[in-house]
Amino acid sequence: MHRTRILDHAVLILGALFLVLPVVVAFMTSSHEAAAIHSRGLMLSPGGHFVETYEKVLTRQGGFTGQVTGARMMMNSFILGIGFAAGKIVLSMLAAYAIVYFRFRFATLAFWVIFTTLLLPLEVRIMPSYEVMSSLGLINSYTGLIVPLLASATGTFYFRQFFKSVPEELLEAARIDGAGPFKFFIDVLVPLSKTMIAAIFIIMFVYGWNQYLWPMLMTTDERFFTLMRGIKQILQVWIGSQIPDYNEAFALAVLAMLPPVLVVVIFQSWFIKGLTESDK
Amino acid sequence: MATIEIDKVSKVYHGNVPAVSEVDISIADGEFIVLVGPSGCGKSTLLRMVAGLETISSGTVRIGGRVVNDVEPADRDIAMVFQNYALYPHMTVRENLAYGLKNRRTPKPEIEARVAEAARMLELGPYLDRKPRALSGGQRQRVAMGRAIVRQPSAFLFDEPLSNLDAKLRVSMRGEIKRLQRRVGTTSLYVTHDQLEAMTLADRLVVLSGGRIEQIGRPLDVYHAPASTFVASFIGSPAMNLVQGELHGSRLAIGPALIDLGKAVPTQGAVTVGFRAEDLQVAAPGGTAGHVGTMPLRVDYVEELGSQRLVHGTVGDQTVTVALGADAPLSGEMPVAVPIGRLHFFDAETGRRLAWSSVEAHRTTTAADLLEIAR
Repeated sequence: MHRTRILDHAVLILGALFLVLPVVVAFMTSSHEAAAIHSRGLMLSPGGHFVETYEKVLTRQGGFTGQVTGARMMMNSFILGIGFAAGKIVLSMLAAYAIVYFRFRFATLAFWVIFTTLLLPLEVRIMPSYEVMSSLGLINSYTGLIVPLLASATGTFYFRQFFKSVPEELLEAARIDGAGPFKFFIDVLVPLSKTMIAAIFIIMFVYGWNQYLWPMLMTTDERFFTLMRGIKQILQVWIGSQIPDYNEAFALAVLAMLPPVLVVVIFQSWFIKGLTESDK
Repeated sequence: MATIEIDKVSKVYHGNVPAVSEVDISIADGEFIVLVGPSGCGKSTLLRMVAGLETISSGTVRIGGRVVNDVEPADRDIAMVFQNYALYPHMTVRENLAYGLKNRRTPKPEIEARVAEAARMLELGPYLDRKPRALSGGQRQRVAMGRAIVRQPSAFLFDEPLSNLDAKLRVSMRGEIKRLQRRVGTTSLYVTHDQLEAMTLADRLVVLSGGRIEQIGRPLDVYHAPASTFVASFIGSPAMNLVQGELHGSRLAIGPALIDLGKAVPTQGAVTVGFRAEDLQVAAPGGTAGHVGTMPLRVDYVEELGSQRLVHGTVGDQTVTVALGADAPLSGEMPVAVPIGRLHFFDAETGRRLAWSSVEAHRTTTAADLLEIAR
């Protein structure tokens, strides 16, 4: 009994180390100077340049035009992540509501058409999407960054499954209680979907936050650069024989990790609360 | 308060399966009508058509004299209680009660007064700020009823409201529904598959089978004079014994038993004979008087209910159940007596009741029986 317990812990500790170590290495390395990293490789001990590196990364005017700072990129990523997640949730809830609760011609067909687009990755339609956005003049705008990515088969599918599990009687009770389609959606379905919304928000925020290809196509103006592009940018700057700013790249990567972690932590507690409290 | 008239109402689902066909029911103001039947008989469909949750294929439904065929459920001035309560899980009891009123733009003080009144009536006061999930089944059902009451509708519709409760709670909630309906005096339409619930609650009950009305009547009338073998076997517990018999003049043959009915019967030949388990007795030794017929019963097994013992056996090759007193003597084979007046006759083919009279017979012959016994 005692032995198995030690073994259990060993396995768990090993697993935890396996997951945490790369993050620790990145964090530790980011607090050293670029030259030190270049000569001695990755670090496991803290260096002495933590504050200045992070301050520099967040506030230094970078890029070619010198108009973009780390903080600015972080804000852009936030706008993208939150707009992306919130927009997807709103859109897919409405789509699922229509598919589940309204009888219209070809409803099932519409659902399956939406569903099959699940199989197509963004990259397949990236050129036509870009074409449309550029002819609408939406390049270098938040609208252009967010809107084309909003249609979500995954979200629609999840909400459809969830709405289908809501008992029919609830709709009937609401109809007798005088709630029209809009009121039923707002007063009953949305509050009931809270846990589902939290779950999808987590997934979609992280997905949006980590977008790389689309923002790269859509933004040429550095004021709209996201963090993911910024990291790349730092390593790309090879000027003469200068050493790349490894420390800054690591610092930016660590910073880029924080918001998704926060979102997961915050929404997870919500999510779990919803799971344990609901009794459907 | 209102009357409900259901006039030749039918429901046909695509695929031409008639779920309800040509049903006529006329419900008086304040009456408690119970629709009863086995599952799939169309009783819920009928109720849902009255509620407006199901479209009416043909016929008309009038509530308070107004044709409501194309009226939205919310505008029919009805309230409905569902089997699984259908409470809004994210709202407190108070919000659940108030939701329908809020949607109707009832003034706030009025809502509060009505919710308080309903809560008092249903003893929900202490639970008003709880969510439904923190309530027991019985309490949830009371909230569902409260939601109907606060609306002060012209009719209540109940869709098997007690089916999700355990047996004991069901009995007490049954009483509560009855008491409440008496008190508010609202016209009610109640659907159940439980004949006991139907018997105890109804002013009149409607027995449905295969989408058609088998019989409408006051519970005791239906019990004493079932219109068909279906009603006979459905209403009453244990179910009425139905056996094949043969009529010759005034004599009835059931398997080996020969019973003298004492008067000629208009029908002759094969019939279905019905008699209730509780009307049977152990025949007195040494023969019985002429008002009863005796049959030899071979006992298969006995169910002890405490207050009664149910003896299951066979007469000839047909099964018969006899309800005897708890201390009735038992033997492997015993003669049982059935009062002639309590016999029901049904057409062997169609199962319809034959006018030989049982209600009349048992009411008029009881006096004659007494005389005969006295003699």
